[in-house]
Amino acid sequence: MTLPDNGARRTMLEIRNLAKSFGGVKATNDVSLDFPDGSLTAVIGPNGAGKSTFFNLITGALKPDSGQVLLDGVDLAGRSPPEIVRHGIGRAFQVASIFKSLTVEETMLAAVSADQRTSAVLHKRFPLPEARDRAEHVMELLGLASKRHRTAATLSHGDQKLLDIALALVLEPKVLLLDEPTAGMGPEERWRMIDKVRELWEIQKITVVFIEHDMDIVFKIAPKIVVLCYGRILATGTPDEIRNNSAVIDAYLGTEHAGAAA
Amino acid sequence: MTELEAGRAQTLVPVRSGAVLQRYRDVLIALIAFAVLASLPLFTGSKALLDFVIRCSAYGLFATSLNLLVGYTGLTSFGHGMFFGLGAYSFGLIMQKLGVPIPAAFVATLAITAVFATIIGAICVRLKEIYFAFVTLAFQMLIHSTILSWASFTGGDQGLRGGIPRPVFLGIDLSNHVHLYVTSCALLILGLLAMRQIAQSPFGYTLRMIRDNAARASFLGIDVWRAKLTVFVLAALFASMGGMVMALFVSGAYPEFAYWTISGEGIFINMLGGVSTFLGPMVGTVLLLLLNDTVTRFTEYHGIVLGVVILFFALGLRKGLLDFVAEWYAHRRETGEER
Repeated sequence: MTLPDNGARRTMLEIRNLAKSFGGVKATNDVSLDFPDGSLTAVIGPNGAGKSTFFNLITGALKPDSGQVLLDGVDLAGRSPPEIVRHGIGRAFQVASIFKSLTVEETMLAAVSADQRTSAVLHKRFPLPEARDRAEHVMELLGLASKRHRTAATLSHGDQKLLDIALALVLEPKVLLLDEPTAGMGPEERWRMIDKVRELWEIQKITVVFIEHDMDIVFKIAPKIVVLCYGRILATGTPDEIRNNSAVIDAYLGTEHAGAAA
Repeated sequence: MTELEAGRAQTLVPVRSGAVLQRYRDVLIALIAFAVLASLPLFTGSKALLDFVIRCSAYGLFATSLNLLVGYTGLTSFGHGMFFGLGAYSFGLIMQKLGVPIPAAFVATLAITAVFATIIGAICVRLKEIYFAFVTLAFQMLIHSTILSWASFTGGDQGLRGGIPRPVFLGIDLSNHVHLYVTSCALLILGLLAMRQIAQSPFGYTLRMIRDNAARASFLGIDVWRAKLTVFVLAALFASMGGMVMALFVSGAYPEFAYWTISGEGIFINMLGGVSTFLGPMVGTVLLLLLNDTVTRFTEYHGIVLGVVILFFALGLRKGLLDFVAEWYAHRRETGEER
């Protein structure tokens, strides 16, 4: 094991024989994977490899045809997104999915309120005092505290992505799924974002799985990589193993793998 | 880090007590508004003015409740008027047939409305935008035609005639014009205060999240369907209250109260006044009733005038009057700060 020790090594998220077809197309084809507690894993693959479908199946946005999604031993396959979130799988989206008319602070407080099961409270005023600490903590963690009074729609693209991640993180998930945290960013901004992701992973000690297109980034920061192709797992392993895997080179990386793919 | 901590200390205290202060402020404003409205009969003998305020109460409750759906949740109902009609008819029928005290009929009507709204809402709130709009409209037409065709019970196209009995309760005699006026004002203010509380509660922010991005809300663990159904029923209750005020005012109930044009007027009021502020629909109500009353006095083609006004707001301003004022004020304050 070359993975850095980041908490216990028991399996936090286990995917067993997950499958989903759209018409005749097998978007996810018999995928089985283990994500140890506190691990950081990158999912890569060419366009249409089924990366987002894979995330959608885990988070309940899509119902799998068969297979299991075991979070800490509990099978969540086929349950609704709210249920899955409450069990501890949080996600951020490829296109920042935020609440455009709420301020950063309101967004955080409302999300905590949802997690604390007070989002249906009618007789008190928003925000409830018990939501404050956690919201504050995550805003500081992601460097959004100084923009607390800004409306989400007026934030920069990068900050919107951060806010999206903050939304997932503020629920204190056991597993955090990030669908292309660096999508639509310039080279410098990408590195800043990915450093942030790595920092979060180190501080929060949670299990992080992220989809990424930029091979430089993936090889640099991910201790473990999963390669998807046509809905199947093509390879899993450390950056070195993936870099030298002939199947991966043929299907995806090409002979000169460096530089941005896709 | 010290800067962050300083910023945190600064914001933590004011925001927390700010929420409580806001509540006291709202109650204070409500008390003042009620005091002003209730003392109006002391200064003026104008029955027309008092009638105008009573109609504003009925329509204002209805339009503001519609804004809970349209403005806060993003649910554009074209059939919200059915609960206005349901409120008027239920209340009128209970008073005519059972002769119970008015508060009992009031509560019973709210209960009946809640049952109807729960059933209709359960079917409708799953539907997306235009389908939601049209299925609510369909239910409205269903209720309207039931009222028309069940003539033995509802009086059909003649409406509930013969007047609604208004027995005295707690010293309040609603057949007395001033008593009716003050009661209407009280119901309006209480209704607005309750709706304001809903809008500013944690649930109110859940509604805003659903309006902005329902899919994301569900990925935060929110049961979107249940929240939508809850606000659908709550809004129906306040619309029903508006209908009851109307029934008391005209001492009857007519099929027009349940016709789709009531829903249309509700939407129109929201467009006039604006949906981005809580009081927008109230402003819109006053505007619409003023327009109605003045324009009909001068021309029989008042529909044309109202149409032009609606086009002006929809195409010209692209927002309601109070939206416009609020934006202008925010802009002025911003530029003032920069200087």
